[in-house]
Parts: sequence; structure tokens; C-alpha cells
Amino acid sequence: MAGAKNHDYHILPADPWPLITSVSAFVMTTGLAFFMHDYPFGTYLLIAGFLGLIISMFSWFGNIIKEAHAGDHTPVVQLHQRYGMILFIASEVMFFVGWFWAFFDFSLFPSALTEVVDGQWPPKAIEAVMNPWDLPLLNTLILLCSGTTVTWAHHSLINGDRDGLKKGLWATVILGVVFSFIQAYEYMHAPFPFGENTYGSAFYMATGFHGFHVIVGTIMLVVCLVRAYKGHFTPKQHFGFEAAAWYWHFVDVVWLFLFVAIYIWGGAGAEYH
Amino acid sequence: MATTATPETLPAHDDAHDLHSHADHKPPFFQRWFMSTNHKDIGTLYLIFAIFAGVVGGAISGIMRAELAEPGIQYLGWWTTFLGGDGANFDETLHLWNVLISAHGLIMVFFMVMPAVIGGFGNWFVPIMIGAPDMAFPRMNNISFWLTFVAFCSLMISAFVPGGTGNGAGTGWTVYAPLSTSGSPGPSVNFAIFALHLAGASSIMGAINFITTIFNMRAPGMTLHKMPLFVWSVLVTAFLLLLALPVLAAAITMLLTDRNFGTTFFDPAGGGDPILYQHLFWFFGHPEVYIMILPGFGIISQIVSTFSRKPVFGYLGMAYAMVAIGVVGFIVWAHHMYTVGLSVNEKMYFTAATMVIAVPTGIKIFSWIATMWGGSLEFKSPMWWALGFIFLFTVGGVTGVVLANGGIDDNLHDTYYVVAHFHYVLSLGAVTALFAGWWYWFPKMFGKMHSEFLSKLQFIVFFVGVNTLFFPMHFLGMQGMPRRYPDYTPAYTLWNEIATRGYEIMAISIVIFFINVFYSLIAGKKAAPNYWGEGATTLEWTLSSPPPFHQFETLPVIDDKAGAH
Repeated sequence: MAGAKNHDYHILPADPWPLITSVSAFVMTTGLAFFMHDYPFGTYLLIAGFLGLIISMFSWFGNIIKEAHAGDHTPVVQLHQRYGMILFIASEVMFFVGWFWAFFDFSLFPSALTEVVDGQWPPKAIEAVMNPWDLPLLNTLILLCSGTTVTWAHHSLINGDRDGLKKGLWATVILGVVFSFIQAYEYMHAPFPFGENTYGSAFYMATGFHGFHVIVGTIMLVVCLVRAYKGHFTPKQHFGFEAAAWYWHFVDVVWLFLFVAIYIWGGAGAEYH
Repeated sequence: MATTATPETLPAHDDAHDLHSHADHKPPFFQRWFMSTNHKDIGTLYLIFAIFAGVVGGAISGIMRAELAEPGIQYLGWWTTFLGGDGANFDETLHLWNVLISAHGLIMVFFMVMPAVIGGFGNWFVPIMIGAPDMAFPRMNNISFWLTFVAFCSLMISAFVPGGTGNGAGTGWTVYAPLSTSGSPGPSVNFAIFALHLAGASSIMGAINFITTIFNMRAPGMTLHKMPLFVWSVLVTAFLLLLALPVLAAAITMLLTDRNFGTTFFDPAGGGDPILYQHLFWFFGHPEVYIMILPGFGIISQIVSTFSRKPVFGYLGMAYAMVAIGVVGFIVWAHHMYTVGLSVNEKMYFTAATMVIAVPTGIKIFSWIATMWGGSLEFKSPMWWALGFIFLFTVGGVTGVVLANGGIDDNLHDTYYVVAHFHYVLSLGAVTALFAGWWYWFPKMFGKMHSEFLSKLQFIVFFVGVNTLFFPMHFLGMQGMPRRYPDYTPAYTLWNEIATRGYEIMAISIVIFFINVFYSLIAGKKAAPNYWGEGATTLEWTLSSPPPFHQFETLPVIDDKAGAH
């Protein structure tokens, strides 16, 4: 590291994790391709690559936490992190735009070329859809509630109330886990299959990717919880927490769009079949 | 003459005697090149990688041009046997053609142009031009490079595992369904899709890095409206990457689940829609073409200004023209799809919207000319390349206006006219800008002066070669020759043969390029900090050549009255 820098930017020493992370990602995608075509060792490569990614992230992010404690995160570096997270979330928004695009293409212009859909939405082959006012409504309330508990944790943190921080985070994590379990329960009892037609495709891939993001967000919050118990975060500097909270709100908003578009509006025609 | 940072305002550490201080302390070889967190080293890695990928992609087009030199199947059968063993049949031979055109497109777009302009020149010069010591996220910068590298590996694997009728992904760079789904049952297309996923993740992280760097790390006094136009061009490009690539990621993930897990996004039997894939792809694909050309615009602006010894004419107009191109670039995508059965209203909208892009593009072309007007012109080799760019890109732009018309495109869609158009803007536009930037900054990056004679000779040979190669394709397209076929009726022989001769001339220019590179690295004279003289005013010219390992340890202060561009 440079010894005599006269600026507040963070100049880093050489680091092995970018290379290791990239190779792990490559091993994982190669394993996935092998796995999907029943090539030998596919599963092993997939697991090895995935473990490599987990280890890489653990070490890499761990280093960032150490650097934060070492005082490397000056105000301008913290500003970098804020920009980085906002831009990452912006790219995630565009990812979901792709899935919503597919959903609206199928639902607004249902195909008349096949008996399976027969120009209707939900497609003719769909006997029943999920009742949005049942478990999906509960899940909506759970996520909205978790949005308030994470704010509770944030305000506690800002006001130096460590106990409130932990309680708020516990509540958020528990709500996130409950949401994921309810989603899994719904998937298992869904009255329509994963593939076979556009309804299942759009429904499961859009809500599935949302569910994946919920799990990632929950993991981020768990990390924050562990760090809270370790005494990390100060009322002035706690970007790790804020990033997790921002991500959580993003996941929350995506769900609201899913709930309104796919569960309520997208399923409304089912009773007229 | 307005200068950005006059010598008085410069920190003392730029003096040559300071080069051996801590600022120039480099890590050992493996750490330096495999674990790099230095924007200049990562930029160099990107450039080396892009040159390598360019040679691979160029060699593939050599096979294609050799095959197309005359009607009938000449060499493809031999290549099929060479790659796939003795059992290869004629269908596999034709499939190989599809693999070649797909690999050529994917390699040139994702592994040559993008790594070179954004990863290479962007990494090298964006931090320096804004007076920053490095990128905002140095480790994320490095993972961007290595993900590009492993993505290339994944694409290479795809060429040697079963695809459709033979080995390799024969889907075109657009990976259209259903050819990429039910048409290619083997694992090859999965590897190609994962290559795009990895390259996309790399580019998104790179985009986040560039935007954060440009917004947050400008030196005191370097306001947005003083930034060199190359920095503006990378800023706009980064936003296009950030917002377009995730949509491609969603689209190719749908391909993946359609192929392997039974969804029906693009399968009409389940109510799906192959046209949906095209919409999603081109929503990414059209911004992608601006991603490839905008940094080239930036490079040309720097060069024209330097060798006219004038600031760029209409600086703000130039900057916001790029912003306009970026914004409008998101709402014109279906002009790639005029023949899929769009309604007349849709065609009218996309025709009109596409035409609008000619306005900011025209602003750029005319401003470059106006910059030269009345300037103290000096025809060093980068200026030759820049002038070549302005001419060749304009030709490609004019054919673009022709193709923008939905009615005309009904006839020209998927003909060689389209091939001629996008090679004029890319291989004669973006690649010419790449060579311009390369010879403009080569001594700055590597500390050795290049041979002006060889660079100019390369330009002449390249210019003659690519025009001989691609101009006849306009005629072939007007005559109706379709894209993506290895064979054609003998009526098209003349122009095809001329095009192949053009490829050979172009290949000689690449040989001259390598001779110049190696000659300069070995025997080139040591480069001065500012070897282009007083026309070169941006911050990289205030540093030694090559710059110290960590530049600007004391941030430069930008003179309030000076224009930075």
C-alpha cells in the first residue's frame, strides 16, 4: 500500500479473491452445464464452484469489514459504497423488468395458437390459481411488516440502542424466514405445474427469482445480526447495515409489484374459466 | 491555449526522480498480474486479452472469407473433419458455418471491442483524466477482468461439445429461440449462455465501478462540465451497460429454463413467444451497439482536439449528444425486428425514433469537423486513424439511416447490406477508433515511442483492406444475397471474391500492427511525458510515460478558468 498518499481514497494491495471468485463462478457454471446434460462430475463441479463462491464471498467481505474497522472507509469511500449499492440495485431492477416483460407479454397478449392457452389469461389449461387473498396476502403483510422492523433496527442503531437493533434485526430475519417458508409451502401446494405453459413459467420464474432475492437479503440481515452481537456498527458508520436494509426494501417493493400484477390482476380471470 | 493543469498547479511527485519512490513500488510478478488492484495493470490485461480475442475472432472471419471467396463449399468440410473427427457429415459441415459466424460475432463484441474500449482504455485513462489515483473499487475492477476471461473460456468450451447438428453453438450472436432452444439440444448452447452470464456480470460490475469513480473521484475543480469527452463517453456507456445487461441476463435465463427445465417462454406449444426473446434481446442489443461505439467517440474527440490544438467545438453539445444517443438508444430496439410481423404503427414509431438518433450523431460528426476548422492541424498517425474513423463511421451511419426505414428494411433485412452497415460502424468504426486510441496512448501506456511510419502504413493498408472487404457487401445485399449462408449462387461471385481479397489486405495491416508493437516495445525511444505537444491538454499528459504505479498521491487541482477538454 502506498505510504505517503495525501488523499482519502482507499488504495488496495494485491488481492487473490477476485481471481478465486471468477474461477469458482466458472467451475459452478461449467458444473451446471454438465449437470443439465448428465455429464460425469457435473454435480461435484457445481458444488465445488458454489462452495468456492461462498468461501470467496466470506473472505472478501470479511476483509472489507476488517478494513472498515481499520479506518480505511473514509467518508468518500463510504460514499463510493453507497453509489455502488444503489447502482447494483438499479441493475437488479432491470433484471426484474425482464421477467415482468415476459409476464405482461403473455398475459396481455395470450397466445391463440395453442389449445393450452386458447387466447385466455390465465391460460385455458390452468384449472385454478392461487387465491391472492389467502397466503399471498399474508406474505405481503409479512414483508411490509419486515420493512418496518428493519427501520426499527436502523433507528435504534442511530440512537445508540443496541438492544433495539438486535431485536429489530431478529424480527426482520424471522419474518424473512417465515416468508420463505410460506412461499415454499405455496409452491408445494400450487394447483399448476412449473413448466408446460406460460402461466407456470412466468409465475414460478418471477416469484422464484424474488424468493431467491429474499433469501439473499435474509442472509445479509443475518450477517448484520451477527455483527451487531459482535459489537460492530456505530451510530455514525454502519453502511453494511444500510446496504442490507436498502436491499431488503428493494425486495419488498418487487414483491408488491408481483403481488398486484401476477397474483391479483394476473389471476383474476381464473374464476371465469 | 487553455490547459487543464498548468505545470505550476502540478504536484511535485510527477518529476522523473520520484519514480523510484513508494509511488512506483510494484508488487512481484504473480501478485501484480493475477491479483491486481491497479487500474493501469488491469487496463493492460484487458488490452492484451482483447488483442488475443481479436486475433481469434479475426482468424474465424478469415475462414469465413476463404469459404465465401467462390460459390460452393470449399474448406468447411476439411474444418469439420479437423474439429469433429472423420465421421462428420454434410449437415455438420453446414452447422460449422453457423458456429463460425456465432463465435465471430460473440468474440468480437464481448471479448474484443468491449474489453478493449471500456476495460482497456477506460480503465487506463478514466481515473487519470479525472485526476484520481485509481478506480473506486479496485478489487471489483479485477474480478471484472477475470470474469471476462473465464467467460471466454466457457465460450471456447462451447465450440467443442455437441450443439445442434454438430459441435458448437450455431445460434448467431443473437441466440434466437427456437434455434437456441429446441434447435440446439446439446450442451454447447448452455456453455455459450453461461459465457454471456459471466461476461454480463463482469460488465455490470465494471459499469458500477466506472459510474462511482466518475461521480465521486474527480479531482478538485474537475466539474462534470470540465471532464474530457472520453470520460463522458465512458460514463454514458457505463449507464447503458448497467441498465441493458440485466435484461439480457433475464432473457438468456429464460432460454436456459426453456432448454433444461421445461418452461415455455419461447415455445409456442405452451403459449410462449419466440418474438418475446427478440424483444428482450434487442432491448439489450441496441444499447449494446452504442456501448461499443460511444467510447470510440470519446477517443476520437480527444485525438481531434489534440491534433487541431483546439478544444473540441461545442463541448457541451458533444457531451449531451452522447447522453441523448444513450437515452434514445433504449427506445429504438425493434428496428432490428421489422420483418417479424410488427404492425404498421409499430414500424412507424421505430422508424421515426431511429431517425432521431441521426441528430445527436450528426452533432458529433459536424463538431469534429468544426474542431478541425481553423485549427493548427498536425497529421500524426492517431489523427490519420481519427480522420479515417470520421469518414468510415459516417458511411456506416448513412446506411444506418437507410436501414432505419421499416419499408426499405423489409427488402434489406438479413442481407449483406446489413452486414456491410454494421461492419462499417463496428469493424471500420469502433476498431478504427481502437487503433486510433492505441497509437495515441501507446507511448503513454508503455513508455516507448511507436513508429509513426508503421502506424501510418498500417492505416493505409487497413483502410484499403476494410473498404475492399466491406464496401462490395452493400452491392451483394442490394442484389439480395442473404446473411449467414456458406454458399451462394454464382451471380454473387465477383463481389465476394473482391471482398475476400480485401480481407487479405486487412490481414496484412494486422501484421504491420504487431511489427510496430514489438518493434516499439523493444527498440522504441523513451517517451516524454507529453509527446504530442501543446495540443494534448488532458491530465494524462502531465504524468510521466508510463505513469507511476500510483499516480496523483497528491490530487491535482484543476485551474478554474481553463477548459479541460
